[in-house]
Amino acid sequence: MRKKIGKNSYRGDVKNINMNDNEYKWYYNLKYLITGVVFGIIFVKAEVISWFRIQEMFRLQSFHMYGIIGSAVLEGIISVWLIKKMNIKTIDGEPITLSPKKFNKGQVYGGVIFGFGWAITGACPGPLFAQIGTGAVAVSVTLLSAIAGTWVYGYFRDKLPH
Amino acid sequence: MLEIIKEPWPWYIAGPLIGLTVPALLIMGNKSFGISSSLRHICAACIPANVSFFKYDWRKEAWNLFFVLGIFFGGLIAANFLMNPAEITVNPHLKTELAGYGITDYSKLVPVQLMNFQSLFTLRGFIMMVVGGFLVGFGTRYAGGCTSGHAIMGLSNLQWPSLVATICFMIGGFLMANLILPVILSL
Repeated sequence: MRKKIGKNSYRGDVKNINMNDNEYKWYYNLKYLITGVVFGIIFVKAEVISWFRIQEMFRLQSFHMYGIIGSAVLEGIISVWLIKKMNIKTIDGEPITLSPKKFNKGQVYGGVIFGFGWAITGACPGPLFAQIGTGAVAVSVTLLSAIAGTWVYGYFRDKLPH
Repeated sequence: MLEIIKEPWPWYIAGPLIGLTVPALLIMGNKSFGISSSLRHICAACIPANVSFFKYDWRKEAWNLFFVLGIFFGGLIAANFLMNPAEITVNPHLKTELAGYGITDYSKLVPVQLMNFQSLFTLRGFIMMVVGGFLVGFGTRYAGGCTSGHAIMGLSNLQWPSLVATICFMIGGFLMANLILPVILSL
């Protein structure tokens, strides 16, 4: 059995200590779980997961969702810019790389289709998980349908216009 | 203090907090913020069925599944300990419109009169939950991302395809909410 590796050990020698290293696995993913918990709390408290807020958004009856998305994007732009400019590394000392998004027609067709679903369900994928957590157990049907939708996309992917 | 937290959070608090997820995930492990990919990983993990789109090492993206599991728990914690005792305040115009469809219960964040197990057996409920969910899952993967992946992460990295995607999200949403949903909700 491999020896347990401490947190501050030979990090400098290891170029890619991501998923391949099982020692780190549970601890490695815990921080993402916790981030998700914080994120989920924010989602619920800000009513981002509220079907009613989404209806208001698409009827231009409230600034709330635009304010949230707008300020989040602004902050994201600034933080990514800072990370690139100051060459900030990950906590494990690895470089941060952002891949560009290639354009394909899927962004148009899929985008509109998702928009339809977003308005109907009042949720994008993230809120679905949070809604179920708040006790809206029926939404698990919506989530299962979403998984089915993803699967069907994967199945027909080659036949769809991109 | 707890009372202030229990009130609904305004956009200028929530937005910046949500925006922090972008640098947080990058700094934690060079992870690109995106949630709809979790649907793909779930398919790859559970029902790959020899579909090439699901044939990849989903375990390398396990962080994403932990993240969405966290979102679920976050919802659980918020709903049980931090809930706003008052009813959600909704624009009166919307309330009037929704009352026309029989939606009057604002006690939860989700319209319980629309989304419940019994309504699945009605045409309206089936469309709202099953068809709606399907469109979300199909559309997000076809577009290669949802609001988190394109609108927030993609725009943060100044990717114009993400701007296209976001605009199309909004077009779809506006069309549905204003033109088609009134028909569905009247069923």
